[in-house]
Amino acid sequence: MERCRMVFSGSGGQGVITAAIILAEAAALHEGLTALQSQVYGAEARGGATRTDVIIADSEIYFPKVNQPNVLVCLTQEAYTKFSPIIRPGGLLITDTRYVKTFKKVDARQRELNMYETVMEKIGKPIVFNICMLGAVIALTELVGADSIMKTLENRIPESFLDMNREALDLGVEIGAAAKR
Amino acid sequence: MNNQVKFVQGNEACAEGALYAGLDFFAGYPITPSTEIAERMSIQLPKIGGKYLQMEDEIASLAAIIGASLTGHKVMTATSGPGFSLMQEALGFAVMAEIPCVIVNVQRGGPSTGNPTHVSQGDVNQARWGTHGDHAIVALTASNHQDVFRVTVEAFNIAETYRTPVVLLFDEVVGHMREKLTIPEPGEIPLVERLKTSVRGGVDYHPYLPREDGRLPMSDFGGVHRYNVTGLFHDMWGFPTDNPKIVQGLLRHLVDKIENNSHKIAMYKEYYMEDARRILISYGSAARSALHVVENRRSRGERLGLLELQTLWPFPYNVVKERCSGARSVTVVEMNKGQIADQVKAAVDDPGKVFLANRVDGVLITPTDIRNFLRVIQGRGI
Repeated sequence: MERCRMVFSGSGGQGVITAAIILAEAAALHEGLTALQSQVYGAEARGGATRTDVIIADSEIYFPKVNQPNVLVCLTQEAYTKFSPIIRPGGLLITDTRYVKTFKKVDARQRELNMYETVMEKIGKPIVFNICMLGAVIALTELVGADSIMKTLENRIPESFLDMNREALDLGVEIGAAAKR
Repeated sequence: MNNQVKFVQGNEACAEGALYAGLDFFAGYPITPSTEIAERMSIQLPKIGGKYLQMEDEIASLAAIIGASLTGHKVMTATSGPGFSLMQEALGFAVMAEIPCVIVNVQRGGPSTGNPTHVSQGDVNQARWGTHGDHAIVALTASNHQDVFRVTVEAFNIAETYRTPVVLLFDEVVGHMREKLTIPEPGEIPLVERLKTSVRGGVDYHPYLPREDGRLPMSDFGGVHRYNVTGLFHDMWGFPTDNPKIVQGLLRHLVDKIENNSHKIAMYKEYYMEDARRILISYGSAARSALHVVENRRSRGERLGLLELQTLWPFPYNVVKERCSGARSVTVVEMNKGQIADQVKAAVDDPGKVFLANRVDGVLITPTDIRNFLRVIQGRGI
């Protein structure tokens, strides 16, 4: 497989870091792949533009940071403004229509997805917005299966929250699959 | 799924390694970027009957583990630069009183409170000479989680073997990033247990009287023997003395027990070193970037090798001298102003061929940075 370098960005509290950890753990523990997740800590983690890096590959990963992501997710306008210039030419840029108005022309496939509002309409809880985003990412990239994400969630969250997360993941997969066509 | 395979931060890998080694007492004061070690310990230790103590500061933290070690426990504390500064006094005490203990310093930018959430390798010399007086010290590091685990276990083994404090010098990048860790089966990595005296209760026990092999059997403090422990120069009973012969003998013993065994303590990894014309020497997270470059250059047929150091102190001068003897250039990749590069220069025959590829801005040195340094060294310009 092609080495996939991803950056998820948004603001503190949206769960982008949690989503990155779940994706990387699913790849490493349930898909037999090599995965590495890191994040930049600092003042940014408290409200500003939060950023986390994930690399997924089928060979060893040494340098742990992402300079030019193949996949960039921006969940706030600030994150979009800050990080959209670093996308790898030909990469995939995912934004949420509720939070981001795209204005730049980037040399990438842009997918503006209606994730937040769909989650609010169908589930009504913003807490699973990040899992919906993850669903869209795995549908668009086909990096890991939804089963692996669910297995990871089963190990990480209380049982009573699993159904809601599964629903959010499925919503994301649907949105991602529709955007792929 | 095998639950011995985990996807964790480097700090958790260190905590897991310590538990594997038999740690049952941890005292600490949380500080970024080491906090997850204390956090993990506070969850795990009560489950296995161990003790976790959150202390009022780092001075007390090291003092607490020294006391616990004397009573027969395997002990550790974890901190970062500012806390490690506070620990220097008690570190010297542990050297002088020969207390087995492990001190983790997950490095961040300094001096002072510095750059708390960003990576640095600026405490290498602090680990060596932070506490005053002639002494030897052991400091180890690692660049990936499997090695963090392994090196942590070895730190406990070395601490017990030589009755010495051992410093684990990790860094923010390795401490915080997440990757896979496979926890070895019990017995897979040999453990060194406390060497306890065979002297029975009621019979005189000399805490500082070496056996024939130079090792000092210990008696759990507060147990069946009464003895003294002091930071002053002391005799075989542990009582203070200024007898010049004893002072010189003890100082020589403290240095020699480590330096004479540096070949046994030296841990390092070699990548493509057999036929390397140019060599990178690196350690910790910087070694990840160096290995990236080496793998990349090798695939193009360039004869570049990497010597990754895991033992920083005692510095493996002989290993470095021997491995670098035929190299055209030796480039030390580190995130400080050349603390290990200085040692490499002291080790090799021609210090003029040793170069420093560094970064000190709180950002992990990148493969591109290293490639650019190599171009300049080769006279090719950026």
